[in-house]
Amino acid sequence: MTDSPPRARARATRRRGSDRGFNRVFRWIAVGSGVLILAVLAAVALFLLWQAWPALTAGSDELATAVPRYPEDTSFVAYVGPLVFGTLLAAILALAIATPLAIGIALFISHYAPRRLSQVLGYLVDLLAAVPSVIYGLWGFFVLAPFVVPIWSWLNEYLGWFPLFAGEASPTGRVLATVAIVLAVMILPIITAVSREVFLQTPKLHEEAALALGATRWELVRTAVLPFGRSGIISAAMLGLGRALGETMAVLMILSPGFLYSFHILDSAQHQTIAAYIALDFPEASGLAVNTLIATGLVLFVITLAVNMGARAIVARRKEFSGAN
Amino acid sequence: MSATTAHPPTAESTERVRSMLTAAHPGRKRVDRTMTVLVWGAFALAMVPLISLLWTVTSNGIGRISMDFLTLSMRNIFGGDPTGGIYHAIMGTLIITGLATLISVPIGVLTAIYLVEYGRGALARSVTFFVDVMTGIPSIVAGLFAVALFTLILGPAARFGLIGAVALSVLMIPVVVRSCEEMLKLVPNELREAAYALGVPKWLTIVKVVLRTSVAGLTTGVLLAIARVIGETAPLLVAVGVTDSINTNPFEGRMMTLPVFAYRQYSQGLATCPGGESATCIPDIALQNAWGAALVLIVLVLLLNIIGRLVNRWFSPKLR
Repeated sequence: MTDSPPRARARATRRRGSDRGFNRVFRWIAVGSGVLILAVLAAVALFLLWQAWPALTAGSDELATAVPRYPEDTSFVAYVGPLVFGTLLAAILALAIATPLAIGIALFISHYAPRRLSQVLGYLVDLLAAVPSVIYGLWGFFVLAPFVVPIWSWLNEYLGWFPLFAGEASPTGRVLATVAIVLAVMILPIITAVSREVFLQTPKLHEEAALALGATRWELVRTAVLPFGRSGIISAAMLGLGRALGETMAVLMILSPGFLYSFHILDSAQHQTIAAYIALDFPEASGLAVNTLIATGLVLFVITLAVNMGARAIVARRKEFSGAN
Repeated sequence: MSATTAHPPTAESTERVRSMLTAAHPGRKRVDRTMTVLVWGAFALAMVPLISLLWTVTSNGIGRISMDFLTLSMRNIFGGDPTGGIYHAIMGTLIITGLATLISVPIGVLTAIYLVEYGRGALARSVTFFVDVMTGIPSIVAGLFAVALFTLILGPAARFGLIGAVALSVLMIPVVVRSCEEMLKLVPNELREAAYALGVPKWLTIVKVVLRTSVAGLTTGVLLAIARVIGETAPLLVAVGVTDSINTNPFEGRMMTLPVFAYRQYSQGLATCPGGESATCIPDIALQNAWGAALVLIVLVLLLNIIGRLVNRWFSPKLR
């Protein structure tokens, strides 16, 4: 029994030493990369702010001389205003088109399609998200815009009393309404994916209870699935909104830009979005113009950050209080 | 209960009760059928742009694809000269995306490990939350961030491949974290506990058991993340610039990438051919180039998607 004290000590050190040596190193590496991600997000905000600062503090005369197409005697806020307006209008229109469709597709995949097919059909919808935005731009310009011109002019002619369809329908189709359709197609997959997940989580007992009461399939969806998934749908729509706000290439390639507060979505040269504006001017910009563009980028960042944080907060709250548990 | 025992069911009464129970009110039935049609219609409607888009890109791009197109650059190619190619853009895309993958995968996988194996408390919650928020960063803002970062280090007007790779990493990391986290969660706890019971230290358990078990899923996650960023145009347009020559050095000089190439060719529009269309001058050659690059790009993206799904299906261990 001479060796018993050392062995006991070894056991004790092992128990205490579960966080020793490479274990600890590895844990710190893992924690470090988690912290690094937070740091990157903070850095994005800080660097944008730092580079935007000269433009935010410059006078309107300085900006007017340095930045091409900068209107005389306007503050930075008045200058960014139409861009923010165009961005929001395009994104909200896209959302209005995409949300009902996406809910339909999500229901189709979760409750209507044959079980064996549903996964493959889900992939097909996800492929819409995989298509690069520059290809959406090409497609929107060469295929969609010519296709929708007669539809837009019809809307303009017969429903012109409705403020959105007023004005003069553009003969090229390079208008905000066309952009909204392309954006809607691009954000369909994210809205579909999130709402599909929520619909699939509907408690089986709720569904069976509805069926036992004699509900038809639609009544099952309306009474059990949709109420359960409501907050999920809201957050999915907000995530889609965030995507639509930041989309660049499709807008840049399709829209014929203008800088007005205008609701005439069938008229060309009315709107421009922040992202497309930056992509159009940045390659040729220098000096204070770069700072100004980065400042508009900062505005976009703040808007999308607010929308995304709102959406994620709703999802997180729902996780805690969902009826499933 | 008493009613059925008092009067034994006849065929006719059974039929009546059954029709009462099974047949919905005609109005409800009509609504149900309408909604079924609408739901199927929604899916069909979503497939229209996908099919139209794939068809347009294929039919417009296939004519331009040739060995020359894939192996030549656009150096000294002007006007309607049809002898140029996209080799420089393919190289640029592969190099920049590869660098972005090298940056994103270690950070992403380690963060996923942190969240699944170690994450507890406020830090883990905020990492999860902000990773989700990061997935929503507009791609052009990521490009501006990378430019701002390198402006601080190197002064203004620096444009080279690494800046684009950093921009793409900002977009890629959250995607990698998300998908790897899901995959690591799928590893059964019994495996970890079995390893601990054998006295294997935690880090070795993670490397040899958890990562080994989920390697197929991790590969899928990484491939899908690459597919997500390989088509990004806006951040590369602002961060890397454009060039017509082959540049394989991501630390110096501008680089061309496939999506940016497609956009630049698209915005060039028609070329003027003094002698009319001929073998050396095609007016819409720029558009043909754009469609050709778009086709190559979409094939790359689809391949990454398909390989990603297949890797997961074929190589992941059967947990049930």
